Amino acid sequence: MDRKIRVLVAKPGLDGHDRGAKVVAAALRDAGMEVIYTGLHQSPEAIVRTALQEDVDVIALSVLSGAHDTLFRRVMDLLAKEGVEDVLVTGGGIIPPEDAEALATIGVGRLFGPGTPTGEIAAYIADWARNHRGLKA
Amino acid sequence: MNQDGLTPLIEGLVERRTKALARLISWAENQDPRIDEVLRRLYPRTGGATRLGVTGPPGAGKSTLITELVRAYRNAGERVAVVAVDPSSPFTGGALLGDRVRMGDLSEDPDVFVRSMATRGSLGGLAAATADVLDLLDAAGFDRLVIETVGVGQVELDVALAADTVLVVLVPESGDGVQAMKAGLMEIGNVFVVNKSDRDGAGVLVRELEGILALSGSPGGWRPPVVETSAVSGIGVEALLAAAAGHRKHLRDTGTIETGRRRTARSRILQETRRMLLEREDARGGDALEALVDRVAGRRLSPREAAAELLQAAGSTGGGGKD
Repeated sequence: MDRKIRVLVAKPGLDGHDRGAKVVAAALRDAGMEVIYTGLHQSPEAIVRTALQEDVDVIALSVLSGAHDTLFRRVMDLLAKEGVEDVLVTGGGIIPPEDAEALATIGVGRLFGPGTPTGEIAAYIADWARNHRGLKA
Repeated sequence: MNQDGLTPLIEGLVERRTKALARLISWAENQDPRIDEVLRRLYPRTGGATRLGVTGPPGAGKSTLITELVRAYRNAGERVAVVAVDPSSPFTGGALLGDRVRMGDLSEDPDVFVRSMATRGSLGGLAAATADVLDLLDAAGFDRLVIETVGVGQVELDVALAADTVLVVLVPESGDGVQAMKAGLMEIGNVFVVNKSDRDGAGVLVRELEGILALSGSPGGWRPPVVETSAVSGIGVEALLAAAAGHRKHLRDTGTIETGRRRTARSRILQETRRMLLEREDARGGDALEALVDRVAGRRLSPREAAAELLQAAGSTGGGGKD
């Protein structure tokens, strides 16, 4: 068996640039993961549909616009509606700690802010995959 | 082996339920042992889909063009699946699968299934499991399968075995016609597309391609046409659809579709044989292979004798092992 960690890196909403998401996508690729990158302006519906079609282990959302609360909740709702409970939803952007805590209560994983070393994000995902899927990157 | 759990997934695939289909595709990609039984049961259902391959150098506009083609197929009421293959890094095994960036609109359509695949060490431009994945999609009842792969020529020729019709997409910046001639791309293309045709040099490339194609005559009675497109503005897409449909008609009228499918079947049997041989070798710890490697490297045994020994060993230990 040749199992790889598959990660969807997506930008929901109206953010105008995806520099951070691209840096993270490249870092995860370099950590040996298969990264599906979808670019800007994805609707939560399209993100969840993509995640299902690609059978990813992890969804990583980048949100800089301030709409993180709405967007993460919408993605979590849609995943629940599809009966998906075993996919890690994580991400990053400009997200105040108290908002991240609130999102954690509905099952969202760690959220990373600006300046996070990319290795930390890759290690977090690799750890999760090891613990939940028995996978190594 | 107990087959519990397979039936719901297989039924889900036949009903084109995304989760079941996506999970079985992952099994094929991961060479999960359970996929043998799944494919055994589903293979008789395959053969209904039209398979279109799209290849060409990075940045030629393949994904954008595919989005336009899929839109047209959707308007005609067809069910469409796209398999987009990108290379894995030979150093880390990771991959960045970015074809969906240019296919954004397709993710909004619940009736289009798109799957990104990494080559995972395979060199022919497709992943080793691509043929199995196409069979799963075919069995799921998609009318049209589109396979996208990066090809710069020479070795990325697998797409010709996976598809009935291959579009080779080039752009004015791809270089002159001589580049295309040496690339081996000329032999696999059934339709040539000069995309970004609004750019300088498009007309020159078209004339050069036509010149080269004239030299090769009409292999199998088909002279590949050259179509100019500008995918971002949708120009030329109608002509491209007509050219691809023309090739399809040619295949049917001349019976060459059967020849092509036999060639594909033969190649897949041999590919599977090689894979199983290696798998059995692995299962036995790979010692026999290593011992043979020692003797061949030490010039005590010829590679042909070693191969014969390996086959014999596999034959005596194999058979029904995991079936």
